[in-house]
Amino acid sequence: MTTTVADVNDAPSRPARTAAAFSPAALLRSHGSLLLIAALAVMLLVWAPNSLSVFRLGNLGKYCSWALAAVGIGLAWGRGGMLVLGQGVFFGLGGYAMAMHMKLEAAGPGRVPDFMELYGDSTMPLWWEPFRSGPFTLFAIVALPALVSFVMGYAVLKRGVKGAYFAILTQAMAVAFATLLVATIKQTGGFNGLNTFTTFFGQNLYDPAVQKNLYLITAGMLIVCLVVVWQFNRSRYGELLVATRDAEERVRFLGYDPANIKLVAFMTAAVMASIGGAMFAPLVGIISPSDVNATASIMMIAGVALGGRASLLGPAVGAIAVGFGQSALSERFPTNWVYFQGGLFVVVILLLPGGIASVGAKVRDLRPRRRPAALTVTEAEVVA
Amino acid sequence: MDALTTPFLTGSANGAILLMAALGLTLTFGQMGVINMANGEFLMAGAYATYVTQQVVSSTGISIVVAIPVAFLVAGLLGLLLEATIIQWMYERPLDTLLVTVGVAMVLQQLAKDIFGAQGDPVNAPSWLRGSITVFGYAWPHRQLLTIVLALAVLGGLSGLLKYSSFGRRIRATVQNRELAETVGVSTRSVDRMTFFLGSGMAGIGGVAIALISGTNPTLGTTYIIPAFLVVVAGGVGQIKGTVIAAWVVGVATAYLTDWTSGSMAQVISFALVVVFLQLRPQGLFTVRTRALA
Repeated sequence: MTTTVADVNDAPSRPARTAAAFSPAALLRSHGSLLLIAALAVMLLVWAPNSLSVFRLGNLGKYCSWALAAVGIGLAWGRGGMLVLGQGVFFGLGGYAMAMHMKLEAAGPGRVPDFMELYGDSTMPLWWEPFRSGPFTLFAIVALPALVSFVMGYAVLKRGVKGAYFAILTQAMAVAFATLLVATIKQTGGFNGLNTFTTFFGQNLYDPAVQKNLYLITAGMLIVCLVVVWQFNRSRYGELLVATRDAEERVRFLGYDPANIKLVAFMTAAVMASIGGAMFAPLVGIISPSDVNATASIMMIAGVALGGRASLLGPAVGAIAVGFGQSALSERFPTNWVYFQGGLFVVVILLLPGGIASVGAKVRDLRPRRRPAALTVTEAEVVA
Repeated sequence: MDALTTPFLTGSANGAILLMAALGLTLTFGQMGVINMANGEFLMAGAYATYVTQQVVSSTGISIVVAIPVAFLVAGLLGLLLEATIIQWMYERPLDTLLVTVGVAMVLQQLAKDIFGAQGDPVNAPSWLRGSITVFGYAWPHRQLLTIVLALAVLGGLSGLLKYSSFGRRIRATVQNRELAETVGVSTRSVDRMTFFLGSGMAGIGGVAIALISGTNPTLGTTYIIPAFLVVVAGGVGQIKGTVIAAWVVGVATAYLTDWTSGSMAQVISFALVVVFLQLRPQGLFTVRTRALA
């Protein structure tokens, strides 16, 4: 099934790109986005830890964990045209995997987590057992969402289900997942979720230095994922993904299977959301169905739409901004926050579908074009 | 016998509510490609219209009869307002209508909370609706029977309208070939608006049934919108026949699954069943044959 993608990567890169890489201007053009990522990295990894309190840093870490999911959504939705309304499921898979490990760590070897003694008969389900192992948990955080998104994506995308159908199905998946979590109180903590962790891989979670490190890991993962998406976007695969979004039939007629192309983006987005969830649990100290249900999944979309779905940094910056706005506004106007939330969707999607990232281009469009002649030449060149 | 008939009857009533919610969705989706996530809130608007009518008209018997056209109008006008203010600018971007209407749904829910309070309000059923009839040993509440009658009336009205009225002819023409319809003088703009009004209004009537069965609640829309969409997806977009069958099957199947497992497992299984069903028929139960690709 990966033949298409393999073909793409094996294909020789075009000579134009190799030749252009030697000129500084072209280098800036092709690698300029890396500079933006580097600027964000300096802000998140150097400036923030040195100037923010541990409490604020923890909040920023929480926004970064949402931003991780948002970066994946940017790839799947902005670049791939797949509106994914159920990323909470993958966020939750990572979050619950990490939380299960931390619960078992807190319980100690051979003991069961406290809530199981509270609600149940103190017997642990068999599928909890492997999460005692740290390496297995880390493996599961990547493998579980990859597997689930593969099964779901393969079943749905291979049959040509797309557009709104796909969006509705992913949202239904989030509803089903959250309902399942609430119903299985003896196995997953139910509505309360998993909370009261004490250690993170042996480190005391109440130690400010550990909390700071947790933030640094999350922000670092965010930067890594941004670089991965940047590499995706400039590769042939990235071009195929955009081509599939814009003209799926043409891509199909060229001999590619659009389902495979979209599946890779969907799985990558799922893994990124899962990593975000895995960092969310220790940072916030709880993961519950309300962090992963349909509403939470929609709020992950909000940041992406605000920042600019198809841009590189837009989703991450938008998600951090929405997280920041949520705490600031919901503290000040607790009852009006929902109006802001709903209004944000309406205003951004209706008036600024490209998000904040497109403001520059919009302003440029408003200015009268002074050199129509030059423009014609460029167009002619493109056609040639 | 009871274990077999009870889920069948309650499931049919639930399917009837799903049908009234899904008809509007499938109409607007089929005709304009608009995905209206706020349709669940039109159910809620219908339920609150029933509640308010009961406050004004004290006689419960008359108020229910009055509430049906009132709920239709309130929800329909809300839909018309949504179309005129937001949706009409977005016909070029159907997928984005989904997100915009999610935002509208949030606002409408919060509005209902601020006006009527976060707690739901009970709606009193008139005496002739409080009884039940015995079907194979199961006392079937009249309210569930009324739900089915309402759904059938809505369905009959819609089918008749589509088939025999000139307005229905214009709708069908617009669905089949928008450009050609415009060429022969159909104002597709006003047809779109009327379809939106009708679809939202039908959800409003569904709200009357919900109000009678479980009272009003600001968040009742969220419980129905996803199942209603699964019905649309399984039935085939724009297909009334498919929507009717899918709504009834989803309603009854969920009721049986709830009986055998639990409410939450039933939700999970019915979602999985829809995904499996799409393996067999990716375009839903019924499809319009076209020469278009995929």
